[in-house]
Amino acid sequence: MAAVLTAGELRKGLKLEIDGDPYLIVDFEFTKPGKGQALYRCRLKNMITGVQFDRTYRSGDKFNAADLEEQEMQFLYSDGENYHFMNMTSFEQIEMPAEAVGDSSSFLTENLVVNVLLFQGRPIGLTLPNFVELKIVTSAPGVKGDTASGATKPARLQTGHVIHVPLFVEEGETVRIDTRTGQYVERVKG
Amino acid sequence: MEIDEIELLRSNRRFLESRCRVLRLIRAFFETQGFLEVQTPMLTAAPAPELHIRPIQAGGGRFLSTSPELHMKRMLAAGFEKIFQITHAFRADERGRLHHPEFTILEWYRLGADYKDLQQDCQKLVRFTCRAVAPKSGLHFQGIRLDFEGPWKTCSVREAFQKFAGWDPGLGPDLDRFDLDMAQKVQTNLGFPAPCILEDYPKSRASLARIKPAEPEVAERFELFWAGIELANGFSELIDPHEQRTRFQSAIASKEQLEQISCPMPEAFLASLRHLRPCAGIALGVDRFVMLLAGAETIDDVVTFTPERA
Repeated sequence: MAAVLTAGELRKGLKLEIDGDPYLIVDFEFTKPGKGQALYRCRLKNMITGVQFDRTYRSGDKFNAADLEEQEMQFLYSDGENYHFMNMTSFEQIEMPAEAVGDSSSFLTENLVVNVLLFQGRPIGLTLPNFVELKIVTSAPGVKGDTASGATKPARLQTGHVIHVPLFVEEGETVRIDTRTGQYVERVKG
Repeated sequence: MEIDEIELLRSNRRFLESRCRVLRLIRAFFETQGFLEVQTPMLTAAPAPELHIRPIQAGGGRFLSTSPELHMKRMLAAGFEKIFQITHAFRADERGRLHHPEFTILEWYRLGADYKDLQQDCQKLVRFTCRAVAPKSGLHFQGIRLDFEGPWKTCSVREAFQKFAGWDPGLGPDLDRFDLDMAQKVQTNLGFPAPCILEDYPKSRASLARIKPAEPEVAERFELFWAGIELANGFSELIDPHEQRTRFQSAIASKEQLEQISCPMPEAFLASLRHLRPCAGIALGVDRFVMLLAGAETIDDVVTFTPERA
């Protein structure tokens, strides 16, 4: 059973279950007009759809904490519609719909270990390691003489995702990427 | 992440220095006005039973004072004409940018006065304090210029609701909607750049205030707003012991039902009302006043230790 919370316990960062979905409180404000009732204004973000809205609660309101759990899992493969992961201790396999994987698919390669977020046992999202190493599969050679510092060119990763890399990076090389910004960090000597 | 307490205190030093100046100026102001500074108990057997104000139980059948109001009116009933007090007040479950469960309150009372006299006091106090603390460049709060020399606007609660919330709370307002719109539409628009007086509240939102004779659905209560922030709440005091008892009874019943709190009847206060002549009193949030004048973002910045660190 999820913990029951009162309005007085609401705060930024708390995760609630509302109408069957998990919500994150992304902004919170306590107000209380003179001699009036306490008001708890929350900006809520649906953790599945990303949709945000504002809602104001009152003293008597009660809430269920969202039943959320994070598990370390290894990415196995994608069948197009679903992404398959395996819990590394129980060896249990789960599948996550592509919508839940979202933009993380740009940096997801087989055997990568990620944190899968489960809501009531159902996978709703994942967190990549901060840094991943991926191979460049296609990239035009850098134009000779173009030495302007900071000049970049597009390069396609083994996942199909295209990033910008410095001109000296070549096809077949491996690069380190910061998954939080989606940007190239450095070349990895193979 | 934990912020180092030493760093936090050091970085708030200028706010704490502003606080010290403002407190000294408040005392100086009331001294020039001939007020007596008093201290009344913070532990009490019977705080004012008011809906939405939750007292903190202190054990031994005592409560921490939610406001010095009842004690100070008992002093007026004994003939003290002009008294003021700066003290701590305690209200459970209040925590936000502008709320602490323990906060500093300034209250002052005048015998033979009404809420209009208190509005004059407010103007004088704010000007006196601001003139002394404002730098040459003027006062600024969150990028907004604060005007303490210009004339103040006064508007009734009904006018303000019609203007900013689009409805008239006139007779018997929907109280839930009233609170919501007051917090989110009305008060956020009041007091730019000079302070603003909002007056004549629905009588259901003024448990210790006198009804306005010419307009019996409202009470002679006002609040002071500056830069959208509620700073003070004052009124012509209700001195009819029978009506006050009836209002307390209704508040006690509502508190039991809605807040599961059993509140004793403040009998000593009610008894004193038999001797009380017409008077008026007001409470001002000192932490908020300092916050505004010092340009701090929250009252957290102007106290030595926030409730979580206390």
